[in-house]
Parts: sequence; C-alpha cells; structure tokens
Amino acid sequence: MDAIVVEGLEKTYPKGIRALDGVSFRVREGEVFGLLGPNGAGKSTTVRVLATLTAPDAGSATVAGHDVFREPDAVRGVIGYVAQQSGHDREATGRENLALQGHVHGLRGAPLRRRVDELLDRLGIADAGDRIVRTYSGGMRRRLDIGLGLVHEPSVLFLDEPTTGLDPEARASMWDELERLAREESLTVLLTTHYLEEADQLADRLAIVSQGKVVVEGTPEGLKRQLRGDAVTIELADGRAEDAEAAIRALRGVHEASVEDQLLRARVENGGTAVPGILSALEGRGIGVTSVTMSRPSLDDVYLHVTGRDFRTEDQASADE
Amino acid sequence: MTAVEHTWFMFGRHVRSLARQPVWIVILLIQPFFWLVLYSQLFRRITDLPGFETSSYIEFLTPGIVVMTAFFTGAWNGMSMVNDLDRGIIERFLAIPARRSSLVLSHVAQCSLNAVIQGLIVLCLGYLMGARVREGLLGWLVILVAAALVAACFSGISNGIALFTRREETMIAVSNFIALPLLFFSSALIARDLMPDWMRTAARLNPVEWGVVSARETVQPDTDWGTIGLYFVLLVATVAATSAFATWSFRAYRRTL
Repeated sequence: MDAIVVEGLEKTYPKGIRALDGVSFRVREGEVFGLLGPNGAGKSTTVRVLATLTAPDAGSATVAGHDVFREPDAVRGVIGYVAQQSGHDREATGRENLALQGHVHGLRGAPLRRRVDELLDRLGIADAGDRIVRTYSGGMRRRLDIGLGLVHEPSVLFLDEPTTGLDPEARASMWDELERLAREESLTVLLTTHYLEEADQLADRLAIVSQGKVVVEGTPEGLKRQLRGDAVTIELADGRAEDAEAAIRALRGVHEASVEDQLLRARVENGGTAVPGILSALEGRGIGVTSVTMSRPSLDDVYLHVTGRDFRTEDQASADE
Repeated sequence: MTAVEHTWFMFGRHVRSLARQPVWIVILLIQPFFWLVLYSQLFRRITDLPGFETSSYIEFLTPGIVVMTAFFTGAWNGMSMVNDLDRGIIERFLAIPARRSSLVLSHVAQCSLNAVIQGLIVLCLGYLMGARVREGLLGWLVILVAAALVAACFSGISNGIALFTRREETMIAVSNFIALPLLFFSSALIARDLMPDWMRTAARLNPVEWGVVSARETVQPDTDWGTIGLYFVLLVATVAATSAFATWSFRAYRRTL
C-alpha cells in the first residue's frame, strides 16, 4: 500500500504566487522519500497541505489511508510534522515540551513518561532533558523538534528541511540519526530538502520539484544512471588531444568524449571497467597521461539535465528574493 | 471534554513560563503603581466635587486601577500569541489533534490569572494607602473576578487580532488605538456623574466600565448586588463572544500558511 498519495495539488497564495502547479507523487510504506528542489519550489507548501495545515485550491491527497481534507483529525493522529521553523517552546524544558505534545495526543501517566525518556535517550539529549530549551545548541533543538514529531509513534513523518541552519558536522550526525530513527520506528518519511547531498544520502526515492511541479521521480541511483554513466576526466601529458579523443571514441562503453586544451572528458557506462581500457588504448598510441579522475554523476547533474537550469544558481536566486 | 483537557495542558505551559519569569508581573505593575500613587496624590481633593460617593479618592481609585490594569493586560495579551506564531509553536499545535479553542482559551485563562495576581498586589498597595473594601473579603473577591473577566474579554479580542495581523507592530498600533478611548469612556479614574451625558451613555456599552462599576460597588455604601450580577453576566457573555472570535480567526491564519 502507498503511505502517501498526492494527486494534482494546486495552490495559489493570496498575492498571486503560484506555489503548487499540479504536484503528484506516491510514497510507499516504509520508505524515505525526498522532495528535492531549490528554495521556493513548493516543497514546504506540499508538506503543509499533507500535514492538514492548509488547504489547496485543487487536487487530492491521502496519508496512511486517510483523506487529508475529509478526515484531518485522523491524519493528525498518525503523522508527525517537523516544520522547517522549529516549533518548540524555548521557555520550557525538553521533557516538558515532549510531555505536552504527548498529552495532546492522548498519552498519560507511565506510558507517556516512558516514551519521553525513550525519545530523549534515542535523540541523544537525555542529559539535557530537564534543562530549559533556550540553553540548547542548534543541533539539540533540532533533535527535540524531531522528538516532538515522534512522541505518539506516528506511522508517517514529515521532515521539512531537517538540517537547514545546522553546521556540516551537526548535519552529518543528524543524517545518521534520521536513518536510524526511520528504521527503529518503522516510519514512512517524507523529507524535503534543498541539499542535493542530503537527498542522495537519505532518500530511497526522490522527486525533484521545480516551480510547483514534480519534474522527475526515481531512486537517486536510477536518476543518475539516466545521465548515461560516470564522468571520466583525463589530463594529457603532451597534447595530441584530437588523437586521444578519436582513440577513446572507438572504445565500447564510451558515450561521449570531448577535449578542451589538455583535458579529455568522457561519459562512460561504468567508470570502474572503462578506465583500464581507456588507459591502455592511449598507451598503445603513445599518448602520455598525467592524471585520471572519475566521478559518479551527482544530483546536480540530474537537476541540470531535467530542468535545464543550474541548481545552485536557482536556489541562491530564490533565497535572495 | 477534550477541549477542556487541552486547555488545561496548554494553560500549564503558560503558567510554568510565567513562574520562571515573574519579572513580567512586576513590569506590568509599574504603570498601575504610578497611577495609584501619583494620581491619588494629584487629585486627592477631587472627592470634594459632587458625584463621589466616598470621601477618600484612594478608596474610589483602587478598584478602578485594578480593573484598568486587567484591561491593559488583556489588550496586550495578543503579544504572547504573536510570539507563539513567530516561533512556530502554533503551527506545531495545528498539525496535532489539539482543539483550536484550547489554543485561545489557555491564553485567555493565563491572562485572567495575571490580572488576578496584579489585582491582588494593587489591592494590597491600596490597603496600605488607606483604601478599605466595605464588603470585606467578599468585596475583594468581586473586585478580582471583575478584573479576571475584563482581562479575559480583551484577551479574546487581542488574540483574534494577533491571528489576523501576526505582527508585533500592528498589534501595538491596534492596542493603543482601542485602549485609550475605552479607558476614558469609563469611570476608572473619575466619577460617572462628572462625565458629560453623551460620554456616560457611551460608557454603558463599554466592558471596561462594567468591570469598574462592579468592582467599585464593593467599596461604596449600599453595595448594589443586582448591578454587579448583571454586569458579570454581560462580561461572561462578552468573554464567550471574543474567545469565539479568536478561535474563528485561526481560519484567517491558516490561509496564510
């Protein structure tokens, strides 16, 4: 069964900003699904609609089998929502924050206390549980936010930009944490992010969102494979670039090749097996090689490929608006 | 039933936060303190004018100041809602099965509690300055209930405005805009008989005045319990109406999400 089904969501904000322009996707039970896109692509709006916070102008959505618009309270009972902006109470302790959230979800007494302890422990903030949140570090606060979304053991967790604002170290440890939590709590996770590495690292499948639409959907590996292979860059020792290009074009498994000064770039089916062949072909013709680098295609390449726009430029441009 | 439970839990959050920063009570008391001390000195002889049923201005003024403080506390209560909105706390509660009404009513209840604490302090201060409540403990109770109701009344309006505007600046402008006229269209500082006719008529529709009159009845001779009862009923109805307005305002807020 699909945990989340989204069909043709459209939403225009009062000032005429078109946030969603027909968003559709499906998330399978138990998977981590990433919505990847630059700032302003409509990711947060999509999540807010699914978390029953706001209504779209058109379209339909179900979460864990419940219709988001007809049974909002049923949806609220089975989802955890962790907003981009943290929603904790800074003037309360971590434990108080979690207990209040649990109370509203109908938990009481010993089971609630056990759950709160368990979460503080799992999130690595057990020692800080009785401290006022104002004294927490950014990473600790973010962990608490995630704990607030998990108190009632939801089956679906929405994470809106979970690591924005964290330093690289805190981000990396948060990634480990999220992977572990998704497994331990047997969650379906819908994650939005504008970090390509984050989607690559965490998502089983992902949809790239641009200007209110899903432009492509698949596994990170599958999407990268569509780019027809790995990039191989060879630095030549002594010119003869045209010869070198001709030599490797003839090889099997090489899709494209181009030269620029001393650099020979090629896209190959599989970098690991293609490189030895390329090197021996060049050696056979007496062409010297200074260095070889091989890179797997990145989601940057995918984004550029499907939208025709550079991800970082677009992300920066929307953030500046 | 759920709404009552949720209100209780949310109210607990506000009380803990107040208990950790009791300095707020003090800050909110500075203004009434000056009113009570300076105004009573400045206008000490005002009771020589006809229209005052007591001969001591401090006795006349104390219940008025209690209700006035409660009114200001209520009118500014929306600021804590703006704070909760800014910090994403409301957004978090809207995505869990929390009753909308509990989000408003907990703020309203917290505001009433503030007003009662401040009222007690003002009453003690007034007592030290010579103000006596004729009806004794029952009188104190009436004054504090009047304060709680007036605070709740305006807390509802203020929270509703907070949900519509979501900005501190707008809140400040709106609160100032409604606060002063409502204060002057009441007998908080001056006997009703000294007001011009048209002001007196307008004052009858003013919830602040309902609170002031009820509270003051207990310090004057011949306490009119019927008037107190009537105004309390009116105030309770207004609290219900303004809280309903604030709860309804969540629709406007959700449209902006």
